[in-house]
Amino acid sequence: MAPEQVISALRRRFPELPWEPRPLLERPGAVPDQWWIGLAPQRLVEVMTFLRDDPQTRFEQLSDLTCVDYLRFPGATDRYGVIYSLLSLTWGHRLWVKCFVNDPQPEVPSVVGIWPGADWMEREVYDMFGIRFAGHPDLRRILTWEGFAAHPLRKDYPLRGRGEREDYEVVTRQSA
Amino acid sequence: MPTETAADRHLTAPHAMSREDVLTTRLDALVDFFRRHGVNWCRKHSLWPLPFATACCGIELMATASSRYDLARFGSEVMRFSPRQADLLIVAGRVAIKMMPVLQRIYRQMCEPKWVISMGACASTGGVFDTYAVVQGIDQFLPVDVYVPGCPPRPETLIEGVLAIQRLVDRDGIRTSAQRGRGYRLTVEPVVPLTVSAAPAPGGGGGPD
Repeated sequence: MAPEQVISALRRRFPELPWEPRPLLERPGAVPDQWWIGLAPQRLVEVMTFLRDDPQTRFEQLSDLTCVDYLRFPGATDRYGVIYSLLSLTWGHRLWVKCFVNDPQPEVPSVVGIWPGADWMEREVYDMFGIRFAGHPDLRRILTWEGFAAHPLRKDYPLRGRGEREDYEVVTRQSA
Repeated sequence: MPTETAADRHLTAPHAMSREDVLTTRLDALVDFFRRHGVNWCRKHSLWPLPFATACCGIELMATASSRYDLARFGSEVMRFSPRQADLLIVAGRVAIKMMPVLQRIYRQMCEPKWVISMGACASTGGVFDTYAVVQGIDQFLPVDVYVPGCPPRPETLIEGVLAIQRLVDRDGIRTSAQRGRGYRLTVEPVVPLTVSAAPAPGGGGGPD
């Protein structure tokens, strides 16, 4: 099952959506074999359920869920891209799905109902990028603590932080 | 009472021990010995470290305690993972922002007298990890007595740091503990020359490792 057949299966099932598969990497002289498709947040759960269940696609595994901040990225039109890496254990093919969202309320639907393994990955994206996942059962920060004010992997967050690493009590010989 | 007994000479001159390495003495000679050398002489030869190892410095710390470098020669082989039982805190590795309160609590739980070694570039300055998530030197928030430089330090350098702590204990002990404030902040020097020979390793291999 080649990736092109996955795209054609999507075109048959969702003819109303614009399908524009693009290669992940373009190298001169090489035939691309890894493709990504863009998807609007409104139809995400519907299409993802189809990709998992259809016998021609069978993406049983969500191997990764991450995010990219495209702030000041050349040619980018949207701020955030939530990226889903899908793997079919039956057919051995892969597909990447990108879902673009923007400020001030970046939100995508949660896919925990489709792949339970998305739970902590969505919490990490929420922690690091501040993207809310509607319908997530337990959307809390996972790496930083609850009182942490920022989302550190956003491009407008300074690399050295906003004083979090200097914000401690000074323990001396007299006080300890 | 004579000013110096034969047993007393044995204590100060180990080569005068008997052939079987058996030491015999009298109790009053021992008391006299401690009166002159102080309890710090005993204390400095039995520092019990707490290995707070969070990164590759911890590997060198383990090597220091293992047979090749043998920290037991200096009486510090008893690694204690409970702060209640340790008197030397060795912070080996980078300290993340979530780890700093843990480290401070561990320091507070240690009983006096206690000393702190900041081992390696990350614990001392943050090292290459100049990011929001890494504390840029534990000495900002914790008393540090001895810095051990290196990335990571070789075991010889860490042993030099332990010996520096021993000299501090011998000189001051716990008498000035309350006056130490934010620590002595001494820096030891690497004891191994930084130049390495270009001779190839036995069995092929490349240049210096």
